[in-house]
Amino acid sequence: MANEILEDQIGGEYKYGFVTDIEADNAPKGLNEDIIRFISKKKNEPEWMLEYRLKAFRYWLTLEEPHWAHVSYTKPNFQDIIYYSAPKPKVQLNSLDEVDPELLKTFEKLGISIEEQKRLSGVESRIAVDIVMDSVSVKTTFKETLSEKGIIFCSFGEAVQEHPELIKKYMGSVVPYTDNFYAALNSAVFTDGSFCYIPKGVRCPMELSTYFRINASGTGQFERTLIIADEGGYVSYLEGCTAPMRDENQLHAAVVEIVTHKNAEVKYSTVQNWYPGDKEGKGGIFNFVTKRGICLEDNSKISWTQVETGSAVTWKYPSVILKGDNSVGEFYSVAVTNNYQQADTGTKMMHLGKNTRSTIISKGISAGFSNNSYRGLVRIAKGASNARNFSQCDSLLMGDKCGAHTFPYIEIKDKSAVVEHEATTSKIGEDQLFYCKQRGIDNEKAIGLIVNGYCKEVLNKLPMEFAVEAQKLLAVSLEGSVG
Amino acid sequence: MLSIKNLHASIGGKEILKGINLEVKAGEVHAIMGPNGSGKSTLSAVLAGREDYEVTEGSITFNGKNLLELSPEDRAREGIFLAFQYPIEIPGVSNVNFLKTALNEIRAYKGLEPMEAKDFLARLKEKQKLVELDGKLANRSVNEGFSGGEKKRNEIFQMAMLDPCLAILDETDSGLDIDALRIVAGGVNKLKSKDNATIVITHYQRLLDYIVPDVVHVLFNGKIVKSGPKELALELEEKGYDFIKEEVGA
Repeated sequence: MANEILEDQIGGEYKYGFVTDIEADNAPKGLNEDIIRFISKKKNEPEWMLEYRLKAFRYWLTLEEPHWAHVSYTKPNFQDIIYYSAPKPKVQLNSLDEVDPELLKTFEKLGISIEEQKRLSGVESRIAVDIVMDSVSVKTTFKETLSEKGIIFCSFGEAVQEHPELIKKYMGSVVPYTDNFYAALNSAVFTDGSFCYIPKGVRCPMELSTYFRINASGTGQFERTLIIADEGGYVSYLEGCTAPMRDENQLHAAVVEIVTHKNAEVKYSTVQNWYPGDKEGKGGIFNFVTKRGICLEDNSKISWTQVETGSAVTWKYPSVILKGDNSVGEFYSVAVTNNYQQADTGTKMMHLGKNTRSTIISKGISAGFSNNSYRGLVRIAKGASNARNFSQCDSLLMGDKCGAHTFPYIEIKDKSAVVEHEATTSKIGEDQLFYCKQRGIDNEKAIGLIVNGYCKEVLNKLPMEFAVEAQKLLAVSLEGSVG
Repeated sequence: MLSIKNLHASIGGKEILKGINLEVKAGEVHAIMGPNGSGKSTLSAVLAGREDYEVTEGSITFNGKNLLELSPEDRAREGIFLAFQYPIEIPGVSNVNFLKTALNEIRAYKGLEPMEAKDFLARLKEKQKLVELDGKLANRSVNEGFSGGEKKRNEIFQMAMLDPCLAILDETDSGLDIDALRIVAGGVNKLKSKDNATIVITHYQRLLDYIVPDVVHVLFNGKIVKSGPKELALELEEKGYDFIKEEVGA
């Protein structure tokens, strides 16, 4: 049976558009300890890593899927998923010419032209890219340039081989496998992802970027990203994701961990554009992701910026644990849902250290029949004196069939805390649209203009290269949603 | 330029305009006056193409084209500009960006290339002076947090930037103090030429002291019941609208 499926996967021609037609080396469907051993063996992992996976798996078996999010969907059948799929032949690509042109094209859409980078080599503004397709990292650029500064930027699998001491020290230190259902699942079956280490006092001279793509049918993508900025280090990190259009729902359950030491700063920006399903709500990615950073030591800063336009169902709360004194956590988010998309997204800011500050700016846009929820937690622990938080959650509705919800939770255990929360809900008015039209601007352009204006505070936080594309993406995601 | 014949329009099944006839030629200024609920704002909304209104009868020709067949944005691109009675706020979108988009959309419609940045900036500066608009307002979000007077001035600034063929000023004087009124009217007068025309919709005669009309029309109960020279406005001011009601036997 398994063999048949395997053959079907490898031999079959993809029927759907926008699929990179690459032969894949797949694990059989299903999940059990043998599959985990299979993955670990494929990745040539040391014993301790296998042990970690198995512990996570055994723990996962005791868990129930979470139901508290404001989303509804058919529960994935975890035995019907392929947990490992590698483009075949599995060799490291030596030059960009070997990267699939389809991939490059998608890249350009995201505003990260690797061709461009080749030409611009030597110019200051560059982006180093790690590409993860399905279960493995296929290409990491600029590795040598970075290593001159002592920066490690490679695939997660490679880091396990080359830097086991760092992986052992940090992996699971922010998101332990006991954290939640999907974090446990990820810890058991994760296949690849990106690893980044910024050494003491180093400012990363270029944007680092990981581009994730789910390609093969019937697979899930479970990647891990681990970013560490040592004392005084700085890095700006970009993440982009896409998937082909398919009728089935595919599961994406990632874990991202960030650790900042004294005076270090990490900026993490995401433009998430997983396939959202068709207009009737068929297909699309289930995006169940755990992202968390810890400001481990004093005066450090972690900033999350996300533009979420994709996925059928999103369940995602990039969070910051503010452990070091004077540390800063930021969350800037634009989440767009259209047609039958559902998003339950927000953040958690956990203030433990003194004089810690956090800012939350969330902009939700709902159109069509979609549901868009903000869920946020601000927790000020006892002893976190003079902690401050400012939250602003705005919702924009387009049409009258969609929903916007806000679930802010605030827990304050220290009297010196100052916490502010503002929330607004507005509708793209016919009046605004008519005003634009009367000045000669058509419907689509007017919506783009209004929505980008509404999201300006967040888009301004994105690196230049991403901001322009994000603006276009917003307009495309909302095409035909009004009028 | 504009020819309205037997125009009937309704909203939600209720007829508001009941047979309007109006001819406007290039170089002319027409004033439309009338009591509350007479259909003044409906007329401007129908001309601009607001979808809430249904035209049930009659025709509108603008520069030889059937206006009723054109979308609101195409009407704007053909040169119709409506200065709104209540200008709309668009948070986060700068006035400059808004105007650049509008101007280039209109240019694209006419088959022209987008305006060069330096030409655009020069034009911006020049027109700002015309309505004595603070340079800071141009960079702020469209109408957001503007005072009533600033919003109206911004409408005339936009009009100056877009250089329309027919401008319709819908109660532009409402909410303006006398200084703002003078500035707004001054702007409108400076924009006047032999090639464009203006329709001034107003409640009060006071604006017409500054923008002197060639013809004054009185709109009552969905119809133009009286037209005459600029003196008609003074007569209305003096006698109130009741005398019209008596005259038309309403």
